[in-house]
Amino acid sequence: MVEKKKTTIILFSGDYDKAMAAYIIANGAAAYDHEVTIFHTFWGLNALRKEELVPVKKGFMEKMFAKMMPRGADNMGLSNMHFAGMGPKLIKNVMKKHNAVPLPNLIEMAQEQDIKLVACTMTMDLLGLQQEELLDGIEYAGVAAYLADAEDGNVNLFI
Amino acid sequence: MNANKVLDAKGLACPMPIVKTKKAMNDMESGEVLEIHATDKGAKSDLTAWAKSGGHELVDHTEENNVFKFWIKKG
Repeated sequence: MVEKKKTTIILFSGDYDKAMAAYIIANGAAAYDHEVTIFHTFWGLNALRKEELVPVKKGFMEKMFAKMMPRGADNMGLSNMHFAGMGPKLIKNVMKKHNAVPLPNLIEMAQEQDIKLVACTMTMDLLGLQQEELLDGIEYAGVAAYLADAEDGNVNLFI
Repeated sequence: MNANKVLDAKGLACPMPIVKTKKAMNDMESGEVLEIHATDKGAKSDLTAWAKSGGHELVDHTEENNVFKFWIKKG
């Protein structure tokens, strides 16, 4: 058995469309039998947030961040043509028409395909996000763990 | 061509045809043939590349009324 190829993706962006691109590539790579890691940092962490409000203790700044950032993949905005929130509604309609898979389903599919979803703990601290607020079954790590995956990777993307 | 299994991926958008093909292929034995129907215009390039990378053989493909059909033999 040959060793599996690796795809590693850094998801920095918290935009719906960019996250969608990241997750489509990730799911495609998993279908290519690659070992896939998505490392979520900064605004990309919002893709991993649970949609429901999780009661956790937070300071003032952390509460502000929590309010201002989208809670979960489905609530993220577009990088282009956001139109104060109309854009995502429009694009979701168009996606339905073309049978494109919505982002929350792509994330679910990624977990089914054993894609390793990693949350960057340093930026979680900066944004005041706690483990209880993020999806179950993900991993927590920093730059060294990411590099360990990426250094013998075949495809490496920063989105 | 005789297929051991048929996968209907019509109407599905990227990356679903590949994800479904991979899933279907997992349950098959080496040498068996999977027949795939798809309407995604990228499917031809996608499945050709996917088969090659995975060591499978794209035995044949056709296009009729905007439906692409592929026969892939598991390697």
